[in-house]
Amino acid sequence: MKELMLGNAAVARGLYEAGCQVVSSYPGTPSTEITEECAKYDEIYCEWAPNEKVAVEVAFGASLAGKRSLAAMKHVGLNVAADPVFTMSYTGVKGGFVIGVADDPAMHSSQNEQDSRHYAKAAKLPMLEPSDSAESLKFAKLAMELSEKYDTPVLLKMCTRVSHSQSVVETGERVVPEVAPYEKNAQKNVMLPANARKRHPLVEQRMAHLVDFAEKTEINRIEMGSTKLGIITDSTSYQYAKEVMGDDASILKLGMIWPLPEQKIRDFAAKVERLIVIEELDPFIEEHCKMLGLKVEGKSIFPVLGEFSQNLVAEKLGRPVDSGKKLDEPIPERPPVMCPGCPHRGLFHTLAKNKCTVMGDIGCYTLGAAPPLSSIDCCTCMGGSVSSIHGFNKAMGPEGEKKTVAVIGDSTFMHSGMTGLANIAYNQSNSTVIILDNSITGMTGHQQNPTTGYNIKGEPAGKVDLEALCHAMGIRRVVVVDPYDLAACNQAVKEELAAEEPSVIISRRPCILLKSVKPQPALRVSADKCIGCKSCMKIGCPAISFRDGKAVIDHTTCVGCGVCQQLCPVSAIEKPESK
Amino acid sequence: MKKTTNVMIVGVGGQGTLLASKTLGKLLVSEGYDVKVSEVHGMSQRGGSVVTYVRFGEKVYSPIIDKGEADYIVSFEKLEAARWLEYLKPGGQMITNLHETDPMPVITGAMKYPENLIEKMEALGAKVDAIDALKLAEEAGSSKAVNLVLMGRLSRALEGLGITEEAWLKAIEACVPPKFLELNKKAFALGRQ
Repeated sequence: MKELMLGNAAVARGLYEAGCQVVSSYPGTPSTEITEECAKYDEIYCEWAPNEKVAVEVAFGASLAGKRSLAAMKHVGLNVAADPVFTMSYTGVKGGFVIGVADDPAMHSSQNEQDSRHYAKAAKLPMLEPSDSAESLKFAKLAMELSEKYDTPVLLKMCTRVSHSQSVVETGERVVPEVAPYEKNAQKNVMLPANARKRHPLVEQRMAHLVDFAEKTEINRIEMGSTKLGIITDSTSYQYAKEVMGDDASILKLGMIWPLPEQKIRDFAAKVERLIVIEELDPFIEEHCKMLGLKVEGKSIFPVLGEFSQNLVAEKLGRPVDSGKKLDEPIPERPPVMCPGCPHRGLFHTLAKNKCTVMGDIGCYTLGAAPPLSSIDCCTCMGGSVSSIHGFNKAMGPEGEKKTVAVIGDSTFMHSGMTGLANIAYNQSNSTVIILDNSITGMTGHQQNPTTGYNIKGEPAGKVDLEALCHAMGIRRVVVVDPYDLAACNQAVKEELAAEEPSVIISRRPCILLKSVKPQPALRVSADKCIGCKSCMKIGCPAISFRDGKAVIDHTTCVGCGVCQQLCPVSAIEKPESK
Repeated sequence: MKKTTNVMIVGVGGQGTLLASKTLGKLLVSEGYDVKVSEVHGMSQRGGSVVTYVRFGEKVYSPIIDKGEADYIVSFEKLEAARWLEYLKPGGQMITNLHETDPMPVITGAMKYPENLIEKMEALGAKVDAIDALKLAEEAGSSKAVNLVLMGRLSRALEGLGITEEAWLKAIEACVPPKFLELNKKAFALGRQ
């Protein structure tokens, strides 16, 4: 059946059809829907793991048991999972084992734009790279087959434009391969040095066999057109090149990005007058071509930064470029913001008011860095806040300890904040960690996590008790506050910063976008009372604007959280019934 | 159907642009087109400027629409129409909601919400169809139905391609939960009027 399908959903469909039985992932844009869509198939056991390393290890365990499995993650998640992945390259697999990784060129929703193709080369693993949804489905199935045939985990590399574009796919039936019974095989699976030394040569051999596959496979496809220009390309760059050049160039489209087909590349290069590699981010294919001694252009023409588009490709290849007309005045930017009623807002207002130095982390609350709250000093990676505050305070001493906090979400804390907190408790820095517990993984679109008490299907599950966990780690001062209560937030922050020992503040209120949270009626500003002091606008609520010298609340977006009410010096913000 | 037609749906994260593109995508596949729809999930959905590209024709390669390429832009908010105007091709049609949502630089007072945007866009030669979609959505029963009001408006523009009202209604039925179907159909009809 033909249907329009999101790239990530097509991966899930491919996994389903390939008989995949276990999926474990940590959410991360743009990879999240791979796992969410897998969870819609009852035949696949699916879960959210606390982080990508755990997810990969779970999927590996399932493979060891003989079943086809997947772990999906965003590009930076693969950094977290890299430790097991490099060694699983040595053990190989039993059941097919695929690692889905989605890059985010242009950083739509990421902290860097690393190129995951390097991992394939570094970990000596095959990597497939689809360029639309039909290929996403097909390559997911092929990845499972290759994994079993060549005894290797296979990387399936997506990117934002493939993951989050819908195109037409043809679906098929699910076929579950027979599962061989589990057999102990220590030489293959126990990576002690003596065993690993025997495995490494097999890895090299495997990659040589995979080069043979790469030479023959039709997913590395030559489309001959004019021989004046030859283009080697992958992923969405293929789509842009094809759109711009049509048959005015010949194209070698690489569906398998590692290992690369050396002879096929040489043969293609020999057929064309000028050879150009079009690839987003790093010169991965280009450098390989240069290593082969080929005369090739790539990053001397195309940028290493950001995403490409048809206009960019046309311009760089000297083709005519469309252009539109734009207004001759600056258009105010519209950056993402915390939602009206976001529980993080009250807490960040408190931190801004107390002029705290704030070690930030990855999640919706990173938006606390934006004006007018502007209250985050640093943000690098998942869990980084809790570890970095410890180093910062050790270096600064009391001067840092009395005004510095770390902020981290509930899901991010479970991901990799816990180990940092263990370090604080163990090596005793006088640090204050604030867990922003909104009872969900927010930024990636509401995924459950170990603190929510529900699993990926929304069924009741185990629940980590954050207070007990912090106590067990050796943190004696653990306080819980409601971030809608500004006075309570202020008191907690002041007291815990003053305390002469490590402490944790849990700022607890569920995300306002959760279906279980009922919004309150919108508040309104009494124009008679409003003195236009803009106190309510200091919290950066998108529902509040300023018109004709008075604050105005947008009734379609206000959820009545009441945080702005607490800031109004003249009580001009009212509940609707009090008019 | 040789040529690729490009429709952009732009707005503010959380306004329901994804339902609009889902409905449109479904419709176009049922009409037999090759279709690509590209959207951005994640961070920008938190109240940021969002864009969805919908492309259809005999064979579509790129999933995105570039500057000067859009045949139609459907904007859920007036400032967003102005922001993405550059993507409209000469002679293209801009359909925009008149609603204003202040972006953060305006809320903080760093900038002013630009005035007379419709007139300014028209002065640049754009065909602008501006409607109070929020008012029509509320008339249909919910402020959340702005997306279907605007799809109703787009349906008029796409009539030239032979896409019938009946096909639209089928696509809406396939994409909207039964509970909200009547409301959304009404919103669509009001937009189409």
